[in-house]
Amino acid sequence: MTTADILMLALGAVAVGAAAAVVTTRQIVRAGLWLVVALGSLAGLYLILSAELVAWVQVLIYVGAVVVLLLFAVMLTRAPIGVSADLDRSRWPGLLIGGGAGLGLAALLIDAYRWSTVDLVTGAGAKEVGTAIFRSWVLPFEVLSVLLLAALVGAIVISRPDVSARTGR
Amino acid sequence: MMHPVLPYVIAALLFGLGVYGVLTRRNAVLLLMAVELILNAVNLVLVTADTTVRAVLPHTGGVFALFVIVLAAAEVGVGLAIVLQLYRLRQSVQVDEVPLSYEMRPDAAGSGEAVPLDGDTWSPNARAVSPWSVEVIP
Repeated sequence: MTTADILMLALGAVAVGAAAAVVTTRQIVRAGLWLVVALGSLAGLYLILSAELVAWVQVLIYVGAVVVLLLFAVMLTRAPIGVSADLDRSRWPGLLIGGGAGLGLAALLIDAYRWSTVDLVTGAGAKEVGTAIFRSWVLPFEVLSVLLLAALVGAIVISRPDVSARTGR
Repeated sequence: MMHPVLPYVIAALLFGLGVYGVLTRRNAVLLLMAVELILNAVNLVLVTADTTVRAVLPHTGGVFALFVIVLAAAEVGVGLAIVLQLYRLRQSVQVDEVPLSYEMRPDAAGSGEAVPLDGDTWSPNARAVSPWSVEVIP
């Protein structure tokens, strides 16, 4: 057990515990706040794995933007603030399929990797990742920008009733 | 020096929790949060593979993780627009209360308001359309 392993175990326990709280809590706002904890500890995991740029983008976009959007949606749909009893449907199908998928994948990966050790590849900072994007992945990068524009226009069209009702004509 | 099995197992457990959340939650916003957990599990696998495998193209996993983060942001934007529109139409965001067939009321064509098939405003010259189609009977 090296220092990286111990840190990774601790952050992973926080992430999995917070994710369990996200999918089991009875208060909608608390689910959003637990999501912040889970995503933040995942950013810490990325830092340990020496993927610095991905870690900071995770903090900026996920913790900064996506969670705020989700909390806005919680507010705009007038979700109850206190404990609400009807957040879940029957648990058994989800428990069976989700538990089966999670534990099955975990068993598969444990069987594949055992207790092997690797040396970490040197850090993926902004310079290295930027070089990789603009040397090998330029076309997907540009397509992604078009997709972001399409998602933006789509979100506006969906949320404006006067635009979306006219489009069929 | 590290053991790559640890982040892989963490990612598998996060994926399982996300699948459980998607199958169990009824509120559409909580459903989106569970989808975020699934996407983050995939990102963790990509980053781990990137830093533990010496590949021909270095840092490809990190690049893909960035792409997935951007896709997740787009997905949340469009998903929240759909959720808010659903709330405007139905005053509820419970996903198992969404009726799968709608009909358009002819006199409500301008507003695009949809009423469910078992509503009290059924009229014989209205025809059922899918909720995904925005065609309005003139």
